[in-house]
Amino acid sequence: MTQLTGILDNKGTPLEKQQFTWKEMAGQPISKLDDDAFTRVRIILMNGVETDALRLKHGIARITGQLRQPLAEIRRVEQHQATMINWLIGADHSPLETTIAYEQVAIEVTAAVAQNEPDPYQAQTYRYGLLEDFDHLYRYSAMLDRLEGKDPNNILQGYTDIVPGRPTSQHHRHPENDLRDSYAKEDAALITKIHAALITGAEYQTHDYYQNIGPLFADPLARQLYAEIASVEEQHVTQYGSLADPQETFMEKWLVHEAMEVYMYASCAEQETNPRIKAMWERFLDYELGHLNIACEYFKQLERRDPAEILGGPLPKMVEFKSQRSFVRKVLAAEVNLRSSGTGYVDKAQEPQSSLDYRNQLNSEGIAADIVSAGYQWAPGTELMRKAS
Amino acid sequence: MAHAAKLGTNVTGVQMSPKDTESLLEAVNEIHPDVPGDTSGLMRERAERASEAERIGSVPLPGSAKGMLKSSMDMLRGKSPEILLDKMGERLAYERNGVRLYDAMIAKVKGSDTPDSELVGTLQHIRDEEYEHMMLVARHIETLGADPTAQTPCADVVGVLGMGALQTITDPRTNVEQCMNALLTIELADNAAWEMLIELAEAGGHPNIAQDFKHALDQENDHLVKVKTAMRRSLIGQVT
Repeated sequence: MTQLTGILDNKGTPLEKQQFTWKEMAGQPISKLDDDAFTRVRIILMNGVETDALRLKHGIARITGQLRQPLAEIRRVEQHQATMINWLIGADHSPLETTIAYEQVAIEVTAAVAQNEPDPYQAQTYRYGLLEDFDHLYRYSAMLDRLEGKDPNNILQGYTDIVPGRPTSQHHRHPENDLRDSYAKEDAALITKIHAALITGAEYQTHDYYQNIGPLFADPLARQLYAEIASVEEQHVTQYGSLADPQETFMEKWLVHEAMEVYMYASCAEQETNPRIKAMWERFLDYELGHLNIACEYFKQLERRDPAEILGGPLPKMVEFKSQRSFVRKVLAAEVNLRSSGTGYVDKAQEPQSSLDYRNQLNSEGIAADIVSAGYQWAPGTELMRKAS
Repeated sequence: MAHAAKLGTNVTGVQMSPKDTESLLEAVNEIHPDVPGDTSGLMRERAERASEAERIGSVPLPGSAKGMLKSSMDMLRGKSPEILLDKMGERLAYERNGVRLYDAMIAKVKGSDTPDSELVGTLQHIRDEEYEHMMLVARHIETLGADPTAQTPCADVVGVLGMGALQTITDPRTNVEQCMNALLTIELADNAAWEMLIELAEAGGHPNIAQDFKHALDQENDHLVKVKTAMRRSLIGQVT
């Protein structure tokens, strides 16, 4: 695909034909043991995309009356898409194992996006956030090993490194240092808008997931670790959410989101290795084309503009679902000491006092991320296997 | 749902991704832990939180005047009768959960490639006795003037404990042998718990309750033998 407008000739599946049964929504999960880790990465990511589609449309419905019915109709399908996708995660994943997978999503997808992003400031922001999610993976891996006695690499399947990044204890910033400059809607490439919508949605679901499962843990340090990292994920939603232009109309935001969904389902369908899941991505790609076409019709009616104004222009290749190890290592080596100051990036020596004060207060009664990972070095089969050998 | 284990494309181990593992180990060897120490901080913190923690809840006071009277009379017999009540609440919850586990297990066996009608019969028999035990404990909680519908702290905790077995048996992908293993865990713990409960009832001055519970223990011993036998028959049968 080089242009989204080209595929608008394909009207996709009409909304009234986008039907589900309860049984197919709660269908067979993937195999935690036999499926490729990137199948799970795509599942988690697309659940985040669909739940963000619901979120955005509810937001639009709050501020406008005329679109309430069509938005409700599309949301109902998206709810069922999200369910069918999210229910693919089997119950043999402990919440902490699923957490490891969430961080793999954040690392591998953000790294792919950072390399595809044409706007240097936006790309810098993705690299900045990437190193924090990379560190979360290390802390959660230590937690999984030391709480459940399980090897995080059983989930990661060797694709993602398990070492410290920018330390989680230093992610806690004053909100003024989490805001970012936005792209300018008239100048930004479509892919820039798509990336911002995608990563914001992904981080939102990560935040919500941690916020919901944190209290399910009995272990006090696990509870505290989830509290700590959920707070950082809220910062990330703030950070990525501010990348989009606030001047965009709600119709523009809707179009961008639908375009993002089409682009993402096409990326998933192109690279999926599990035939059953690939068929689902293809089915949902057709559903999304249906949604995008509806959005285009309302855009024409309400704004009296051509959707090509938003959806025109070239798109780079599909999001690459693969190990981004070498890129992540380079970013880690070059940018681990970056900190944010206002909307900009500085060396850690120049970090604003507001963030230092904020962090010192929060960290003053102990830092779960540090306690659970003290001296932790990943070893095949858990650190207990290394110590025994 | 298929029986037992099968060779396949399990990708979880390092042998399935030697190059990636090499890269991962290279990173681990180059980038060291940024926080010095080991698991002792985690253990210290757990100990400290345990010392600060409030309890999970309380054993409820008897609700009715009639119950209060009986309870008061019984309370005179033992030093801390709430301990017996708490453990009886636990057994009631455990047996009630057991009925549901066996219901789920029967469905599992019926859904297997080669449904074993003899095993279904055995499971149904055990299930019905778990139900009897549940009602027996409920009756005796009432004779102590307490409320069998209340969830005591031990009943609550044993519910947490049972979640693993429940998740194992109700997952449509698990096979009969994996689920029998869950039932074995349940029955082993149940056995020891009934022994303990009988001793507790005797020590608390309730010989009649202890006597009734001994009958339940005999049946539980039989459950354990039946579960072990079914497991052995199935697993050994597959390797010989």
